[in-house]
Amino acid sequence: MSKEWKPRIVAFFCNWCTYTAADLAGVSRLKYASNTRVIRLMCSGRVDPQFILDALSKGADAVLIGGCHPFDCHYAEGNYKCLRRFEMLKRMLKDMGVEEDRIRLEWISAAEGAKVKTVINEMVTKVTELGPLGMPQKFEEWDKEMEQLTHHVQAADAAQGAPCCAHAQPQKKEVAHV
Amino acid sequence: MEMNQKEIRIGFYVCHCGSNIAAMVDCPDVAKYVGTLPNVVLSRDYKYMCSDPGQELIAKDIAEHKLNRIVVASCSPLLHEHTFRGAVEAGGVNPFFFHMVNIREHDSWVHTDRKEATEKAKGLSQAAIARVAKHKKLEQKKVPIHPDVLVVGGGIAGIHAAMTLANAGKKVYLVEREPSIGGHMAKFDKTFPTLDCAACILTPKMSAVGSHPNITLLSYSEVTKMSGYVGNYDVTVKRKPRYINEDLCTGCQDCISHCVFKEPKFADEFNENLSKRRPVYIPFPQATPQVVLIDPEVCLNFKRSVLTDKCKKTCVEACGEKKAIDFTQKETLLDIKVGTIIVSTGFQTFDAKRIPQYGYGKYPGVYTALEIERLVNTSGPTGGHVVLRDGKTEPKSIGIIHCVGSRDKKTNRWCSRVCCMYSMKLAHLLKEHTGAEVYNFYIDMRTPGKGYEEFYDKLLEEGNHFIRGRVGEVTDWAFTKEEEGKLVIRVEDTLAGYVRRIPVDMVVLATGIEPHSDSNDVRRLFNMSCGSEGFFLERHPKLAPVNTFNDGIYIAGCCQGPRDIPDTVAQAGAAAAECMALIDKGHIEQEPNTAFVLADECCGCKSCLPLCPYTAITFDEALGKASINEALCKGCGTCVAACPSGSIVQNLFDDEEIFSEIKGVLAYE
Amino acid sequence: MSKPKVAFYWCASCGGCEETVVDLAEDILGVVAAVDIVLWPVAMDFKYKSIEDMPDKSITATLLNGAIRSTEQEEMARLLRRKSQFLLAYGSCAVSGGIPGMANQFPREQILKFNYEECPTMVNEKKVHPQVSCSDEGHTLKLPQLHNVVRSLDQVVDVDYYVPGCPPTPKITKAAVTALLEGKLPPKGSVIGPDAALCEECPRKASKPSVWDYTQFVRPHHKLLDPEKCFLAQNVICMGPSTRAGCEGACTTGGMPCTGCFGPTSRVTDQGAKMMSSLCSNILAKDEEGINKTLDTIPDPIGTFYRYGLAKSILRRKVNLPA
Repeated sequence: MSKEWKPRIVAFFCNWCTYTAADLAGVSRLKYASNTRVIRLMCSGRVDPQFILDALSKGADAVLIGGCHPFDCHYAEGNYKCLRRFEMLKRMLKDMGVEEDRIRLEWISAAEGAKVKTVINEMVTKVTELGPLGMPQKFEEWDKEMEQLTHHVQAADAAQGAPCCAHAQPQKKEVAHV
Repeated sequence: MEMNQKEIRIGFYVCHCGSNIAAMVDCPDVAKYVGTLPNVVLSRDYKYMCSDPGQELIAKDIAEHKLNRIVVASCSPLLHEHTFRGAVEAGGVNPFFFHMVNIREHDSWVHTDRKEATEKAKGLSQAAIARVAKHKKLEQKKVPIHPDVLVVGGGIAGIHAAMTLANAGKKVYLVEREPSIGGHMAKFDKTFPTLDCAACILTPKMSAVGSHPNITLLSYSEVTKMSGYVGNYDVTVKRKPRYINEDLCTGCQDCISHCVFKEPKFADEFNENLSKRRPVYIPFPQATPQVVLIDPEVCLNFKRSVLTDKCKKTCVEACGEKKAIDFTQKETLLDIKVGTIIVSTGFQTFDAKRIPQYGYGKYPGVYTALEIERLVNTSGPTGGHVVLRDGKTEPKSIGIIHCVGSRDKKTNRWCSRVCCMYSMKLAHLLKEHTGAEVYNFYIDMRTPGKGYEEFYDKLLEEGNHFIRGRVGEVTDWAFTKEEEGKLVIRVEDTLAGYVRRIPVDMVVLATGIEPHSDSNDVRRLFNMSCGSEGFFLERHPKLAPVNTFNDGIYIAGCCQGPRDIPDTVAQAGAAAAECMALIDKGHIEQEPNTAFVLADECCGCKSCLPLCPYTAITFDEALGKASINEALCKGCGTCVAACPSGSIVQNLFDDEEIFSEIKGVLAYE
Repeated sequence: MSKPKVAFYWCASCGGCEETVVDLAEDILGVVAAVDIVLWPVAMDFKYKSIEDMPDKSITATLLNGAIRSTEQEEMARLLRRKSQFLLAYGSCAVSGGIPGMANQFPREQILKFNYEECPTMVNEKKVHPQVSCSDEGHTLKLPQLHNVVRSLDQVVDVDYYVPGCPPTPKITKAAVTALLEGKLPPKGSVIGPDAALCEECPRKASKPSVWDYTQFVRPHHKLLDPEKCFLAQNVICMGPSTRAGCEGACTTGGMPCTGCFGPTSRVTDQGAKMMSSLCSNILAKDEEGINKTLDTIPDPIGTFYRYGLAKSILRRKVNLPA
């Protein structure tokens, strides 16, 4: 992180309300912070809690979910399912030490371009105050405690004249299953 | 699947959109960066990707560079995804090996720092490159379109749409909640700027609707339920009881004259309550259908238990052999099946009582514009004789206050578009009928339309007064002798630069157009969106003005926003044409974003079953597995997110694609 | 021809996995006859030195159970990786951190303090904590150091196959051993076991309803449970729908809900998140207050949804703990 740190927010917007609202914000030429990267889904009901955790673990400092207002879901009730999971995820993330302001669920209708701007700007301000979540960096730091031994093993190998063991590096590969 | 195993060769295009994108995003720099990403064999920036040469470029590059995935970074996919999928397909590649990056609405238009906007464009493009590599070949499913159309609302918009469709040979159901079609236009005396009689142009259309073999007119009815999807909507219509058998009533109206109420006694809604009607009535002479109805709130027959048996049922007697009167009629529900729907539910006028300083409801001399429409009408409550509420005094001076409930932050912010013109029309008619001095109080005169400005000129020449200023108050507090017994309009004349007091006999409030108070219910019924003011939201303000976000459902008239009759009719025609385009094509290509169950992997936990609002998920008890009916699935992906073993997959939005996109947006530092 | 060499080893584990090897019953005789056991500290006496002296890749397969939590375990994992052609993560702890993985919610110092000072059964007036090295009468004694982070085996070294379960069942163990001996091995990285979720083989499956509408959750000791009805239908959280099959419903047959030891299916990255998503989607309430009232009945979400998999979950560990 050589340059000045700025929060990175991944947003999951539903196609019908919030994504359209973000389009409207554009058409209306509203100006807001550039830190958010929107991923379009058809419905907030498609937001799998894994997506949120995955985004956080891959370097997002916060995650924003946007869906249709209660009663207004294009698919009748997807937004409620999203809300129920979100409430549980909030509790789990709290237990896992992630600050509450790092995830946010907002109902933004297709007409509320201005709300897209307000919500994103507010979130950027809050997350800037919180500072980086930096999960990829944390994973690296956590695994430093294994480095010591790696050096030790490598030194021993070198003394024996054996080639450096290919397996000595910590493996972070995804588990590939059949 | 053969495509999936081949080497992935991505072509990337970043669009300048003239200067719309290029002014804020360094497009060549984005193209250069994306060119370095894995699987990208070609990366270009181009002035207008959506233009014909832009689309042809894609097809040409596919052939020359053996591309099998395409990513375009330009405007919103809601605008041009379809265009580019077409271009990809034209190049011989499955249209779903395509992904679009929104760097206009979500980037160049909303950011002010060129460096940041360029970085964002790179990040979003990188995500698309990662995602498109995981795309699968998909086929669009063809869904047949039921050829019948439902038109909801029988004002001029609904009438015109229904007639256009019916004349083209389509079967139409026209549902109107009032006893007669005609809407607001039926109440007007003349129409601006031509001053032709509203009834003369509307009535023939109304009776044509009533007698058209292709139109089923369901008046005094409301849609209560809608389900299904484009091409196949199931609609339930509630038919309210008229207490008259529509098929037997000939419209002779003998029952009305024979009603036990010798004099009309009850407020006549059609005449804005300026006259009376009987419990059995026909809303207005040209009503369509020509069928009377009985108001159970006031008909004595319905009050038998309370009152002594006063009602002799003289109406039944008068009806005689026709036997059209049926006091036992009940509300009924009618289920119909249609392929497309036009919503043309119109508007309501602003409630003038919400601005108490204008004295509506307090001073009898204050009228709404719609009341004046009835007053000047020869079939109106006074036979076209303009008199005050006492029934005899002709006004000698009249003030028309513009923008009542329009362009006002305290009430409605929008311009209602028609008030300037109809105010001038009424000014002309009132002057013609009474010879009174007529004052118009306006903020700005808005006369954009064919012949409109000329009409304004004509009014000026006729000697009507135009005073620029928003009226502060209407009061009966006289300062001078001349003001006594009059209504004084207090206004700052912003051209003359001083506050004036103008005494008049009659005040007309040019009330604005607003959405129906129950427009939210209608919106939910048809799964549409609303703007913040409550008008139904069109899919695109310019390119899809009568489409909604729900395929096969169109909007026309003032339910979408204030407009005049010519625009309404044009829009109704457009909506009808949209329906015909679908019907005549016979089918629609459905977005293949449906979900499916991996049959071998599904453990049969049943947790997905109740999650589908369309009951697309069923359970095979013998196999112990869930399965999804593709025809019913609308592609929300809720079950996919909820499947605890990851055994439901959504096309176009599968886990692998989304995880790649997440990784991609975060890969760019 | 010499018999294939096999090693069993244990790291941060309870010993249950070793029991499974014994639970192979008579079948173990066949295994013993077919292989040459070169290391099995829980049952036989071997010297680590002799392992170190073996040529690299000279052990055909090592079945390693337990999570990796200390420098010693890490060192042994690396050593056995180097000496083995195939390394199998055996049991939930090696596969995904297991029960010890739940320690990833707490700082190391807090854990040590509790165990050596605050634990009700502990008397330690001098508050002695284990030291990495100490000297006495000129001799220096070294002890392994406890890591800050509990890891699954594949977070430390490359793993060839996974045998899940707490403990793995004899059947699945036999399947793994047979595959090894007969050389009928699945692709590298495979989990030995079916890839559908547990409901598929649960004896209570037939009693599942089609509508859930959860308003509350109860724990098994809260009420008298129907011994044949699906636990979820009785509002008891059962991890079956999000847990790989293979145990043949050992717990659900025995009267307890599944707690998820076989880990997720291959299509799921984070078992806890996915189970939570399914469960919460079927809550009845639609408003925040009602939803939270229902959620209040899950007192320990992490312990419930990540009982065996926290170390291998997407976040791995409470994010604000020291490295």
